Amino acid sequence: MTEAIQVEGLTKVFTTGKDRPPLRAVDGIDFIVHEGEVFGFLGPNGAGKTSTIRMLTGLSRPTAGTARVLGLDLDKDLPRIKKRIGVVPEASNLYDELTAFDNLVFAMQLYGVPRAERKPRAEVLLQRFHLGEKRDAPFARLSRGMKRALTIAAALAHHPPLVFLDEPTTGLDVMNARNLRGMIANLRDEGVTVFLTTHYLEEAERLCDRVAVIVKGHIVALDTVAGLRSSAQQKTVVEMTLADSDGRQDKKRVECNDGVESAIQSLLGETGGRRVLAVDTLRPSLEDVFVQLTGLSAEVMLSEKGGKGGGNAGG
Amino acid sequence: MLVDDLRGMFYIALKDLKAYYFKAPNISWGILFPFAFILAFAIRSPGDLHALVPGLLALTILFGTSSMEAIVIVFERRIGSLERLLLAPVRLPALLAGKLLGGMAFGLTVTLVVLVVSLTVFGSTGTNWLMLVLSLLLSATAFSAMGAYVSVAVREVFDAQTLANFIRFPMMFLGGVFVPLASMPVWLQSLARLFPLTYAVEALRAALSGGSWTTAVLDVGALAIFSLLLYLLAVYTLARHTE
Repeated sequence: MTEAIQVEGLTKVFTTGKDRPPLRAVDGIDFIVHEGEVFGFLGPNGAGKTSTIRMLTGLSRPTAGTARVLGLDLDKDLPRIKKRIGVVPEASNLYDELTAFDNLVFAMQLYGVPRAERKPRAEVLLQRFHLGEKRDAPFARLSRGMKRALTIAAALAHHPPLVFLDEPTTGLDVMNARNLRGMIANLRDEGVTVFLTTHYLEEAERLCDRVAVIVKGHIVALDTVAGLRSSAQQKTVVEMTLADSDGRQDKKRVECNDGVESAIQSLLGETGGRRVLAVDTLRPSLEDVFVQLTGLSAEVMLSEKGGKGGGNAGG
Repeated sequence: MLVDDLRGMFYIALKDLKAYYFKAPNISWGILFPFAFILAFAIRSPGDLHALVPGLLALTILFGTSSMEAIVIVFERRIGSLERLLLAPVRLPALLAGKLLGGMAFGLTVTLVVLVVSLTVFGSTGTNWLMLVLSLLLSATAFSAMGAYVSVAVREVFDAQTLANFIRFPMMFLGGVFVPLASMPVWLQSLARLFPLTYAVEALRAALSGGSWTTAVLDVGALAIFSLLLYLLAVYTLARHTE
């Protein structure tokens, strides 16, 4: 498998003023992102997610460590790397005064997309991101979700094989977040490598092939979602929903120490004559793993980002 | 890489002209402001209006290039869109050159309108055209670089406007626009030599009155040095601020 990103000992230290110790925002991290995968970078605020993206995209110089992006050395080949990556920052930052169409054309002009391809490509992107009707609307007049979609479209305008998405669904409503997740899933289907930072665990669980969890500048776990789940100490639980003759419901849970069947048999012995309405198997979620690794609850992560927003969305 | 830089410069300038510069209020302000100043001065001291033309042109370039230039970068940094340019395959000096080019193109366009009106009213006899073009180009570069430096040196749009005016207004009154340099006390003349506007006015005066290159070469050279220094200072400051 070819690597899209290879990072070794990447470190970023910020000076924080006189009489204060320097801040090690990223502290000697190592990881590899394979070509064509959606790689999730999870962590609470201040964990080092954005600092890592800024280094890998050339916005900030690493204090130490090496990185190769698309096979090119970050230190020596930055202009060539920049030409082949797309970046969607946390805030939608296109030009308010330009129309949706002009913003896309400008993105292509900057990256050297041939003149003949620009306009047709811009039209295709507008359709793909459901912005066809807003073609001539200034960026300033688009809704939040549309701005986000157009910012992603602009990052894809020059056909980059690697895209960095920094908190793409933060602050979006459920429908827009769901649409965007669909678009990100499509990118993987097209063979684009996606480096995705998010604080929505559900989002990472649905979209990512592999996930790295970063806490205080250190990567504390890196695996597939299934791998992370299986490494969690929590066991699979069987939950039975019961109802008595008055219709009152009750739930009973038991851990699967000797398999699911044995757990169900054990629960059936505790019904006390009540009707069984449902039996569910509850596997440890990425949230359970995250809580175990970071000591933070998912709610804390969400409240740090100002609410649940797109995090609740399915799809 | 050079091709990427040149292309980036061109399209950044074009984008700035479209997004910020060529807006009705900006155009009218760019033309009216210098005219209003000159008119006020002419009413106060009626005399040889022809002698005010070099100052009028220099003021038009100064305000045309630097007014928007001084806030464009700080504004884009504030809303995050400067990051888009920093992420693009365009090196920082080229990015800033693109910004300068936008300011220059607008300033020169507005100045062209004033120049045409002035030449229509006062005639063009004795004009050294090559010297005029060179003086206009170098003045536009120096003032645009000055605006860019102001824009990268501060963090807020309001601060950029304040700093730009703090530099421009003393320059306007000491730069020989309204009062000939020779009639000022020696210490004020020395102070005036620190401002690019002084050289712009002198170079334009020489160009419009068919002056010789022997005297104009100093003014043109000074404008070239101001352009280079201010541009390099802006590149250095932006590089420090973006890390």
